[in-house]
Amino acid sequence: MADFLMPSLGADMDAGTVLQWLVKPGDAVKRGDIVAVIDTEKTTIEVEIFQTGIIQKIVVPEGEKVPVGTLLAVLSTEGEAAAAAPEAKRAAPAPLVLAPAPPTPPAAARVVAKTTPKPAAPHRVRISPLAMRVAMELKVDLAAIKGTGPEGAITKTDVERAAKAPPMPAPAATFEGRAPAAPPKPAVAPLDRPATMRKVIAAAMARSKREIPHYYLGTHIDMSKAMRWLQEENLKRPVTERLLYSVLLLKAVALAADEIPEIKGFWIDGAFRPSEAVHVGVAISLRQGGLIAPAIHDVDKKSLSEIMVSLRDLVKRVRAGVLRSSEIADATITVTSLGDQGVETVFGVIYPPQVALVGFGKIVERPWASGGMVGARPVMMASLSGDHRASDGHRGALFLTTVERLLQEPEKL
Amino acid sequence: MTDDQIKTLFLRELHRIAPEVELSEIDPATDLREQIDLDSMDILNLAIAIHEATGVDIPEADYPQMTSLNGCVAYLHLRTS
Repeated sequence: MADFLMPSLGADMDAGTVLQWLVKPGDAVKRGDIVAVIDTEKTTIEVEIFQTGIIQKIVVPEGEKVPVGTLLAVLSTEGEAAAAAPEAKRAAPAPLVLAPAPPTPPAAARVVAKTTPKPAAPHRVRISPLAMRVAMELKVDLAAIKGTGPEGAITKTDVERAAKAPPMPAPAATFEGRAPAAPPKPAVAPLDRPATMRKVIAAAMARSKREIPHYYLGTHIDMSKAMRWLQEENLKRPVTERLLYSVLLLKAVALAADEIPEIKGFWIDGAFRPSEAVHVGVAISLRQGGLIAPAIHDVDKKSLSEIMVSLRDLVKRVRAGVLRSSEIADATITVTSLGDQGVETVFGVIYPPQVALVGFGKIVERPWASGGMVGARPVMMASLSGDHRASDGHRGALFLTTVERLLQEPEKL
Repeated sequence: MTDDQIKTLFLRELHRIAPEVELSEIDPATDLREQIDLDSMDILNLAIAIHEATGVDIPEADYPQMTSLNGCVAYLHLRTS
């Protein structure tokens, strides 16, 4: 038997809400399968499982918030007989299955199956994780919504429309399945996600500043070669395959991190654990406020085009509010790039348990002296926030100069 | 394409890229990078969407001309007429 626990998806998470189970007892799963959708204070996460086996029992039902480390489900691993069938049957909570609407609905909308005595012929509601999260925040009853998405799936727009709609004549059940005692309000104020996100970021950053002895380095990098190469490269590419300069920065950071291993990895239980892999966390800001830094995996081994595809996909999913657990949990170094609307310098706060954060300011045209001549060049400030427990300024400086050197030969990236 | 068709296309794609933005509050003359904090990735996605809808391949050097609603209408009008 193996336990599937509420994962810790970063330093800023101490609890999560099970929004949806994508498996039921008896289902075979393999390592890497997405088995559940979990809501944290920051975002919605599709959680992958690390074991291969058969789901025996779902322990935490949908809609419940539990601390990190809580047993969510039990599975039998390979070799074990699926003998626990009777128990699995009893424990089956028929997740996210709504009872069919009653034929004559005096009490209108119905309730999540866990509260109905016998889930007679339940049907699964098709709903996207994002729509599910919004439904939960707005406390909208899913049974009362008619989905307009593919195969009748409920979309975010459907949920929002339902939240705005005037109250049903009969009392509608809330998402949790409890019929409100008072007449329902037309729309419940949504959970203030920016505010909760600010709180969890603050907690993680306070912990970082308390525990990590930061040191800071910065250097100006002449970006004329990189930008010229990129411009020429993009002229050759159709619009769908063009690169952003951030991709060059990510690749340069990943290759430099391969050369200076003290910069990538984790500080856990009083010891530095270097990482072979370079999973680069990319700080992506949300327009409503706050930011998330999910990882692009194995950036050192990817081509620029592959990194670009990953980056586009990641930005899209961050803005839509749905990420995968491995992206959230396993960045081995983080990059924050202020982009062209930002300022020139950033010294970031390391995201524990990582040991370094690389910052890139906006590229600005500046006088640049070289070979006794002064000319105008596009210049970018690169910074490193390092963890003194894992590295020191000398190695950190070597890392930054390696990034600089790599950016002078963009064609080799 | 008529100006209205271009406008509709632009706003539809903008909504897809930045669903939280109230389209009726967009000032058609102001740069969207300043107005609603669009970044280079958003602008690229906008260029890709316009390319897919119209077949016009917008060179990178022309991106600054299409970062406001009015600018985009004028630019595409020029390119498609």
